[in-house]
Amino acid sequence: MKLTFKDLRKKIYIFATEKTIGFTLISIFLGLVVGAIFLAAAGFNPFQAYGIILRGIFSKPSYISYTIVRATPLILTGLSVAFAFKTGLFNIGAEGQFIIGSVVATATGYFLHLPLLIHIPVVIISAVFAAGIWGGIAGYFKAKFGVHEVISTIMLNWIALYFQNFLIYTEGFQKPGGETSYSIQPTANMMILKTWKQSEAGREWLLQHPFWKDLLRTPLNWGFLIAVLMAILVWFILNKTALGYRLRAVGFNKFAAEYGGINVNKNMIISMFIAGGLAGLAGALQVVGVSHKVTLIAAMEGYGFDGIAVALIANSSAMGCILAGLLFGALKYGGAKIQPFMQAPSEVISIVIGSIVFFISIPKLIKVILSRKNKKGGSK
Amino acid sequence: MIETILSNLALIIGTTLMYSTPLIYTSLGGVLSENSGVINIGLEGMMVIGAFAGAAIGYFVGDPWIAFIGAGIAGGLFGLLHAFACVTFGANQVVSGIAVNFLGAGIALFLSRMFFEGATMTKSIALDNKMPRPLNGVFPDGSLLKIIFDNQYATVYLAFFMVLIIWFFMYKTKYGLRLRSVGEHPTAADTLGISVMRIRYFAVIMSGVFAGFGGAAMSLAIVSNFRPTLISGHGFIALAAMIFGKWKPQGALLACLLFGGAQGLAVFLGQFDFEISTQLISMLPYVITIVVLIGFVGKSAAPSADGIPYEKEHKY
Repeated sequence: MKLTFKDLRKKIYIFATEKTIGFTLISIFLGLVVGAIFLAAAGFNPFQAYGIILRGIFSKPSYISYTIVRATPLILTGLSVAFAFKTGLFNIGAEGQFIIGSVVATATGYFLHLPLLIHIPVVIISAVFAAGIWGGIAGYFKAKFGVHEVISTIMLNWIALYFQNFLIYTEGFQKPGGETSYSIQPTANMMILKTWKQSEAGREWLLQHPFWKDLLRTPLNWGFLIAVLMAILVWFILNKTALGYRLRAVGFNKFAAEYGGINVNKNMIISMFIAGGLAGLAGALQVVGVSHKVTLIAAMEGYGFDGIAVALIANSSAMGCILAGLLFGALKYGGAKIQPFMQAPSEVISIVIGSIVFFISIPKLIKVILSRKNKKGGSK
Repeated sequence: MIETILSNLALIIGTTLMYSTPLIYTSLGGVLSENSGVINIGLEGMMVIGAFAGAAIGYFVGDPWIAFIGAGIAGGLFGLLHAFACVTFGANQVVSGIAVNFLGAGIALFLSRMFFEGATMTKSIALDNKMPRPLNGVFPDGSLLKIIFDNQYATVYLAFFMVLIIWFFMYKTKYGLRLRSVGEHPTAADTLGISVMRIRYFAVIMSGVFAGFGGAAMSLAIVSNFRPTLISGHGFIALAAMIFGKWKPQGALLACLLFGGAQGLAVFLGQFDFEISTQLISMLPYVITIVVLIGFVGKSAAPSADGIPYEKEHKY
């Protein structure tokens, strides 16, 4: 019995220190523990709080749908940051690229009048392209003038923010009487069964089918599927194509890559273009799928910064971004519910996320803790 | 005519000083940390917790200087956390810094809700308990000096004094030399008997203290409370200013002044009824920063060992 227990410990040690997924899971667990400690210290029952969060994510079809809707942009901004990481660049600019994507999507969605099946692709592609250029600018500045991409993307974020606000106050784009833009045309709307939901037949059918009624009252849309496809595409580009090989080579060792005949500058621009496009896609999908317009923003909304956390939790793996994005989206959506239900600060979610990222930054700590336990177990 | 130009200029200088101050403190923090070899992308989070601590202590205690120091301590605690990860456990410093940003914002808002009846905005500090304005009423009415200095808070002057102190510390004392040597070549410094660990701990904690000061310079002087959007990105701008200033205190000061100046200009232009939208004018500081970076600065040079965890038993 004792022997098997020791074996188990050893297995945990190996799982936690040698397998990335195991290490990530333990970090997530520890992050939740830190959150619980904060809640308990403030006089709230952490089990009750986590119970509310879990029920708030899973207990209704509409909750699950909201979680997926919340996760979609985070998966994509996470992919954007992860992609840049893989190629040796730090894209703090996903925030601004997201904004450019959503602004361009709103503009093309509102001003263009196109048939249903053409409009959405046109909107998305133009938004991705514009945001790609926005990201590419930072890559170009780095390649051409040696400007650190961290500074240029921070500045570009703010320029994008004020650009959006500028457009919102522009006549023809601003909806009169509000600090928002006009909504996009119905042909650019990607919500699932949008018109059917509001038709008489649809409403009648939904009345008889409470599951579907609950699920479809959310802004459920195709965005999540597109995000998953993008993750697969990013994985494919990075690992299975010559372009991905070159990009990773630049990220791994710039000088060796150059010696090997790879054009480092060109690849940095390409990498930032793709990263920008991914974040822009997040903004475009948010517009065509959820918000249908853009509104005045006073401060950064955080899609890009959250994307950094997603990429880090995912260890920059494309597939990991899907899971980390879902985790983040779920915590944010479910976590907001502890505020109305038990008056507990929902900001505890930021503490949980921060702690997860913190533990992920120090694999050594977990190794030390576990190896000490192992030693103690051995000496007994 | 000339008088109007001069008084307008004085107005811009005044706002420049005001807006630069929080950035100056915070970027000095960045200078200390990164010269010792630890990247500190967590300045934003440290600034947020400092702004909250300053506003909360200022509200409850009523003394601006105790609040200011309290803000420094709060920021320093987050510096300690960052140092713990980066120095003791050889963490990936960017990852740890991002974690500090989430933790700083999360904990500040969490505590605000605990101490201010569930609100994410702290109650305003009474006007008398804000930072003093040492030169208020000193200069005669209508003089240019009055326009510039009349409304400046003590934190402004202290910021410039701190730049001087940090510059002196880094380049004129043996401890400063040690700090820089640890950031350039930790192995060599270690061989000479300098404790890389101790110096890095000191530098990273101090960077938190300064970022905390930066936050408090915002919440105790420029405004009189803390709210979730108060800092929103200033820590990152201070980080950019530090890189822009080539990792030197005097360079960071100039970068912060440039940024504050562009912002002062934006505020100044904003008061006129121009055809140009205020939104476009607000872009100015960021555009100018990029233009200056492209045109004048060129490649920046970080301390050689910046971002690399140091392990004693590291084998080459």
